[in-house]
Amino acid sequence: MVEFTLWDILRNLLLAARWTVVLSLIAFIGGGLVGGLLLVARLTGGRAAERLVGLYVQVFQGTPLLMQLFLSYFGLALIGINVSAWTSAALALTLYTSAFLVEIWRGSVAAVPKGQWEASGSLAMSFMEQMRHVILPQAVRIATAPTVGFLVQVVKGTALASVIGFVELTKAGGMIANATFQPFAVFACVAVVYFALCFPVSLYAHHLERKFHGRR
Amino acid sequence: MRIDFDFLSVLSQWHLLAIGVAWTSGLTVVATAVGMTLGIACAWARAHGPAMLRWPVGVYVELIRNTPFIVQLFFIFFGLPAVGIKLSPEVASVIAMVMNLGAYATEIVRAGIQSTPRGQVEAAVSLALSSRQVFLRVVLPPALKKVWPALVSQIVIVMLGSAVCSQISVPDLTYAANLIQSRNFRAFEAFIVATALYLVLSIALRRLLQWCGPRFIFGR
Repeated sequence: MVEFTLWDILRNLLLAARWTVVLSLIAFIGGGLVGGLLLVARLTGGRAAERLVGLYVQVFQGTPLLMQLFLSYFGLALIGINVSAWTSAALALTLYTSAFLVEIWRGSVAAVPKGQWEASGSLAMSFMEQMRHVILPQAVRIATAPTVGFLVQVVKGTALASVIGFVELTKAGGMIANATFQPFAVFACVAVVYFALCFPVSLYAHHLERKFHGRR
Repeated sequence: MRIDFDFLSVLSQWHLLAIGVAWTSGLTVVATAVGMTLGIACAWARAHGPAMLRWPVGVYVELIRNTPFIVQLFFIFFGLPAVGIKLSPEVASVIAMVMNLGAYATEIVRAGIQSTPRGQVEAAVSLALSSRQVFLRVVLPPALKKVWPALVSQIVIVMLGSAVCSQISVPDLTYAANLIQSRNFRAFEAFIVATALYLVLSIALRRLLQWCGPRFIFGR
């Protein structure tokens, strides 16, 4: 029988952690893009767009990420697209991330004092000019800390992709636990790797929060 | 290409879905009650407790908040038996949910506690209230009131997170959906129905907690 050392376990987990990182980045960047589009739609599209985006946010925040993953896995197959676990995980996590980011960013735009809108409006700025030169620079400062903080949720969310067969850190942990019969050590290592990924981001978000909060 | 939806074959299995909803609700109720208590106790330990309690609680909170729920659950269910602690799937799920909610609630409640004005504590002390009375009657209620919206959101997140418990064969709503789709191969429809039920559950839970808070938890 093959003996597995702790290093063997950790090395294989670290190899699998690459995919956790890649999937997190895809979800975060994709979610940021979709979230940005939704924000623009919400700010410029009038009542109807506001309602629709609100509904979108409520649906994605009010249902389990696991269900969203299942639906993207089986739903894409249903409309005839040959799906890998990759595609469906990336799609579900992107939409999930966008729903949270658009809500964070909407709040940040709303947090910019009304006087700023009125002042820039009285300078005959168009909506786009107001956004670009007055509102967004301030909203971005408010939004930075919670956005970075949400990255932690995205990294943790990718763990659910293991359920639809995407081999990332958690799935690799399960497979290694089955091979080595050392579930205690393996899942402890998995937790440690996630912690090593997330904790620095948490600390950075906390640091940003203090920095911007202090200045206001 | 035509897609035929057959929701009827899913809805005809309503008794399975009802059992799932009951399990999901039950897990959430127990986890909420115990997790909130744990969170308040830990928040007290972090804000007013002795130094030797403070940093273990800090480590617990950061460990839980920076690892995924599914890994916590797997560690408890698959990992702990290796050191002699065998738990049923249901008990493991409740423990994982309690630990998870406890950690987040600690941070949320602590923020509320810290925002209580010092003068109120001093006034209470000058009325010869014991430190326990000061915490439970003067500091805690307004603190909970202030952070209640955040706590409600966190409880909803924990309820939605409990979908993962189906992976260790807890018969919750997700498990029911999986069971139905394995019987009639209507995967998409089964998960749509389950997702809709989760949405209803989360809205109902939010309403319920917002209603309960001012009436039973911290007073108006």
